Amino acid sequence: MHEALLEIADDCLVLGHRLSEWCGHAPMLEEDLALPNMALDLIGVARGLYARAGEIEGKGRGEDDLAYFRGEREFRNCLLVERPNGDFAATMLRQLYFGAFMEPFWRAAAASTDDVVRGIAGKAAKEVAYHIRHAGEWVIRLGDGTEESAARMAHAVEAHHRYSGELFESSRAARAAEAAGVLPRRSEMRAEWDRVIGMVFVEAGLTVPEGVFMQTGGRAGLHGEDLGHMLAEMQSVARAHPGAVW
Amino acid sequence: MYSQGLIGADGRTGETEAFLAAFQARIDAEEKIEPKDAMPEGYRRTLVRQIGQHAHSEIVGMLPEGNWITRAPSLKRKAALLAKVQDEGGHGLYLYSAAETLGVTRDEMTEELLAGKAKYSSIFNYPTLTWADIGTIGWLVDGAAIMNQIPLCRCSFGPYARAMIRICKEESFHQRQGYEIMLTLCRGTEAQKAMAQDALDRWWWPSLMMFGPHDAESSHTEQSMAWKIKRFSNDELRQKFIDATVPQADYLGLKVPDPAMRWDEALNGGKGGYRHGAIDWDEFWRVVKGEGVMNRDRIAARKKAWEDGAWVREAALAHAAKRAARKVAAE
Ligand SMILES: [Fe+2]
Ligand SMILES: [Fe+2]
Ligand SMILES: [Fe+2]
Repeated sequence: MHEALLEIADDCLVLGHRLSEWCGHAPMLEEDLALPNMALDLIGVARGLYARAGEIEGKGRGEDDLAYFRGEREFRNCLLVERPNGDFAATMLRQLYFGAFMEPFWRAAAASTDDVVRGIAGKAAKEVAYHIRHAGEWVIRLGDGTEESAARMAHAVEAHHRYSGELFESSRAARAAEAAGVLPRRSEMRAEWDRVIGMVFVEAGLTVPEGVFMQTGGRAGLHGEDLGHMLAEMQSVARAHPGAVW
Repeated sequence: MYSQGLIGADGRTGETEAFLAAFQARIDAEEKIEPKDAMPEGYRRTLVRQIGQHAHSEIVGMLPEGNWITRAPSLKRKAALLAKVQDEGGHGLYLYSAAETLGVTRDEMTEELLAGKAKYSSIFNYPTLTWADIGTIGWLVDGAAIMNQIPLCRCSFGPYARAMIRICKEESFHQRQGYEIMLTLCRGTEAQKAMAQDALDRWWWPSLMMFGPHDAESSHTEQSMAWKIKRFSNDELRQKFIDATVPQADYLGLKVPDPAMRWDEALNGGKGGYRHGAIDWDEFWRVVKGEGVMNRDRIAARKKAWEDGAWVREAALAHAAKRAARKVAAE
């Protein structure tokens, strides 16, 4: 059960970390503020879920044990969120894809049988609604901007669409959590995701690719090569001083 | 960082005696000068330069601390550091807006920074080498910024003074947070404590340099004081900072890296204070003129962000224009 919470916590931490890599390097000052905002939301959600997962697991592991002392084979995030930032078009598309899944997910999780999850869900749903709006507006601006931005946006879709299918897959751990009413069934988010993406893409002049082979593996700890580098960096200080308090 | 904002400022002004006297009378009456008011050209130029350099300092200052966001050793610290660096970006934004009321655009100021024509605080040309640098920067660099900025909350130019009030609140939060990181390190393992001392050793002197040259060498102070852009001299502010900070270092069990530092009853008009050893002004001027370890990297990073982002900014404008055209066509 706690593993199902870890999956979502890892999604949020990994994506939050990716967004934080932009801080100070964004295309404009407004985005230097907006990207950390979304990163902070996601890291906040991850912390809540890690704490709850550790509690349910009952081995005394806290948020930092889970974030800093698990290796890449133990991380359970989906492949989409670990994709490197790429350009601003790629970052915004990745954000829209993830947000369009998480928004209905958190709305449904507001009815969770777990009090803590319910609490997290209420706040997270509002936050992620803003992420969809922000990322969606950028996808539209870039898709319907200049020739260059449209090409970059189309490339971002081409590069990321194959990671969208995994969002809707429930691992064995997720199925257990779903059966217990702790988390909503992931496949049920499909219709809303299609609707939001379809709506944004029409305005952006983008087409939803068809017949794409969907990559999966993240929930089994089978990641691409980029996650290991991200974790090596993220965990470097904590692991150099095991047991230290910060 | 902001006393350095006056380095290279040109306060000369060509108005009539009567105009200058009337303006000075408003200043002396503690009236706030607002953007639409008549003001001497030298006053306007000095403020554009100072506010612009302050804004650039906030923006460039995001880089050394941003360097540790991805390695912060706990999730709590990671979130706090992200929020802090984001605050600094917000400070940059308010300050650019304050400068814009004087007739320069943010893009013009950015171009000046990237061309190396506008300066930013020398402190940000030093590298952040360990996690303890994050604590030390909050404690010392934000601490020094507060010393400089509290008087700026009463600056004669309204928009700058108002921006400072909001910014100072956040800077003092950063300062406490930085000190709390140091406290945690100093109560931690031997390695953590050594990291804290090493960071203090490296950041102490550059922090003292943030207040700018000694009063005797500071050429623009007098006019800025008269116009109430500046309210205390560099040396006065530096002394305040030292007197506040040395006891804090003691409490941490850290040693300030100044063997000449001693209590002197005669300082502060007989109230006593800490007399510091000689500051290496050669180092200061070297860094100000571009030869710090990180000067080139800082500008290169800002340039890269600006250039890499050009297509995004162009697309946003192009999209806005298309939308506007469609709206007109629909009417
Ligand atoms: Fe600041
Ligand atoms: Fe500042
Ligand atoms: Fe600050």
